[in-house]
Amino acid sequence: MPIISYREALNAALREEMQRDETVFLMGEEVGHYQGAYKVSQGLLEEFSERRVVDTPIAELGFSGVGVGAAMVGLRPVIEFMSFNFSLVAIDQIINHAAKMYQMSAGQFHIPMVFRGPSGPAVQVGAQHSQSFESYYCYVPGLKVVCPSTPADAKGLLKTAIRDDNPVVFMESELLYNSTGEVPEGEHLVPFGKAEIKRAGKEVTLIAWSKMVEVVLEAATELEALGIDAEVLDPRSLRPLDIDSMVESVKKTGRCVIVEVGWSMCGLGAEIAFQLQRECLDYLDAPVERVTSDDVPMPYAKNLEQEVMPQVKDIVAAVKHVLYLD
Amino acid sequence: MAQIIGLPKLSPTMEEGVLVRWVKQEGDEVEPGDLIAEVETDKANMDFALEDEGVLLKLLVEAGATVKLGAPVLILGEAGEDISELLVEAQNQLSAGPAPADPVASAPVASAPAASAPAASAPAASAPVTPVASMPVATTPASGGRLLASPLAKTLAIELGIDLRTVTGSGPGGRIVERDVRAVAGTAPQAAQTAPQAAAVLSGETALAVIPPGPLAVPGNDGEYVDKPLTNIRRTIAERLTAAKRDIPHFRLTTSFEAGPLLAFRKRLNELMGGKGKVTINDLLIKGIALALRRVPDANVAYLGNAIRYFTQVHIGVAVALERGLMTPVVRNADLKGLGVISTEVKDLVGRAKDRKLKAHEITGSTFTISNLGMFGIDHFDAIINPPEGAILAVGRIVKQPIIDDDGKIGLGQRMTMTMSCDHRVIDGAVGARFLDELVELLESPESLAL
Repeated sequence: MPIISYREALNAALREEMQRDETVFLMGEEVGHYQGAYKVSQGLLEEFSERRVVDTPIAELGFSGVGVGAAMVGLRPVIEFMSFNFSLVAIDQIINHAAKMYQMSAGQFHIPMVFRGPSGPAVQVGAQHSQSFESYYCYVPGLKVVCPSTPADAKGLLKTAIRDDNPVVFMESELLYNSTGEVPEGEHLVPFGKAEIKRAGKEVTLIAWSKMVEVVLEAATELEALGIDAEVLDPRSLRPLDIDSMVESVKKTGRCVIVEVGWSMCGLGAEIAFQLQRECLDYLDAPVERVTSDDVPMPYAKNLEQEVMPQVKDIVAAVKHVLYLD
Repeated sequence: MAQIIGLPKLSPTMEEGVLVRWVKQEGDEVEPGDLIAEVETDKANMDFALEDEGVLLKLLVEAGATVKLGAPVLILGEAGEDISELLVEAQNQLSAGPAPADPVASAPVASAPAASAPAASAPAASAPVTPVASMPVATTPASGGRLLASPLAKTLAIELGIDLRTVTGSGPGGRIVERDVRAVAGTAPQAAQTAPQAAAVLSGETALAVIPPGPLAVPGNDGEYVDKPLTNIRRTIAERLTAAKRDIPHFRLTTSFEAGPLLAFRKRLNELMGGKGKVTINDLLIKGIALALRRVPDANVAYLGNAIRYFTQVHIGVAVALERGLMTPVVRNADLKGLGVISTEVKDLVGRAKDRKLKAHEITGSTFTISNLGMFGIDHFDAIINPPEGAILAVGRIVKQPIIDDDGKIGLGQRMTMTMSCDHRVIDGAVGARFLDELVELLESPESLAL
């Protein structure tokens, strides 16, 4: 199995799906001639022409709306946001149109489209370019939300997203584009709503997605040195959410720490914690714990940026807390 | 300036009350002394009034809710005030459990008449124990009176047959966690296998089977018994009498006297009263006890821990059996009252005790209590002292029996037997005997009761 980067895996998924289905097309800022702001669309303009790789003006609301309309008449648009921070100016199209069209048209219009791009902090891109948008979009019925953490999942989930007949919000991580891993060639589909155990363990369940999976796995290694056996679970798709796998894991371990790079208030971890206590209260030895970014807009200073984001030491401390070892 | 009003102490022993009914509604303007709500305490239904004026900005509890003493029940202020911060504070207080403050000051209705009453201190060690349904309850509860254990610890305890009361918690606030239960069980953690097993044994019968013996409220499900939750009044009786029996060194003095003259005197009194009421033997006993306490003030006392309180007035508590429990309404200054007045008063108090209409001052402040089971055919018995009093008199029925008089002749006697229980910390045997001697002299010459 070839080892490729997360960026290349996304590129492969797009290429394969565009080859497979000529109704699939890519649209966004700098996706064509510039080969993508993060080079995810490298080579696609040459292969598929300007008809299917469409450079747009800086007008997210406009090209998102064009995408919704294209989806209504039978195309499968993939809309790239240079950053999900810019989806804020397009959010009316995503929530009020893409998410609701199927239901409001009594099933006449499917919206088989993907909104994709990086979300979450990178390195020193400032408060306006460092936000995490899982909670914004998971909140909305009619949307599916996906956050791959590995190159293989990036490919498999993007192919599934493009083939899905519903609007999918597909959030990548700028910090993962260069990460590498084994990725199956050709037809590789990862289903939505199916979590993956990244590491099996008995004493505490750590739940994380996207970039945070790496950080949590690092914490698990550190915990192992302390004699603590942690299980790491990546839900991969956040809506639908594979709560059953989480419940099963927590029933086994009795403790849970949810790690997310977003803010604490109304974060997705709060919903997961709620569902866990409802489903497996009698198995919990401690309240579900969360590790999140600090409750501030992201600072620009590098040292402060590191402090704000969840770090290995924060996760280790949270695990000790739920194990009553602090 | 808006303020949170907590549930005031409407009876001296109440620790919580049921808010039976809001008389005023949100938005109503109230004057000092206006009736706001009715509250069922451990003793009776009480009126809840405020001493401040203002507008009821928010009622924080619904009718029917049980509220801890001092817990927020309403917000009082001026119309249009912003109470958002107070609401948050009130919610925090409600979720944090009972407030420590003693809110008597805000309840003039409850506290005013208590000025001359002895400090009817609430029973010590009376933190309410809230039984966790079908879970062992701590005998030495952690903070808040509850046994604290993680859900997993509880599940495991059931599975392993461990009495959580025997487990010392190592978590925050003494919370019992998985490792504590396993330490007692002597089993190594087997997290991987534990959870599914625990799920399998969580059925009701298995859970009941490992409940240790003890005063637990376990819902019966096999038809052999019915468990009814304790009422407030029953809980108070249980707590107070347990404390009294445990803490007070009781001793008992029994004597009997010739009740023939008392019966004749009562008959004569009732003839004189015509149809206007009836004096009972009990009324005569109340008066007799009151006068005897005047003659022997050393028996009209209370133990305070660091002092002996000598009551300067004589208030007689009358134990009344009600369907829902025992109450002791008080005949104040019984030594100064005529027999007709005592008779009318007792009748009124007993009637209102049955209707739960007694006010707090009518059930507090007694300095000595009489318990009479003569009407139930009991020959004699002894009673548990009603704290903080120094003694109680238990009275049996009048029994016809042969007696030998001073000349050695056998005659017919009508004997009544009384047993006085004394708190030996403040009343010695000789004092008790002197009191009974005076009482017998009064009752055998009952005309003196009318003097």
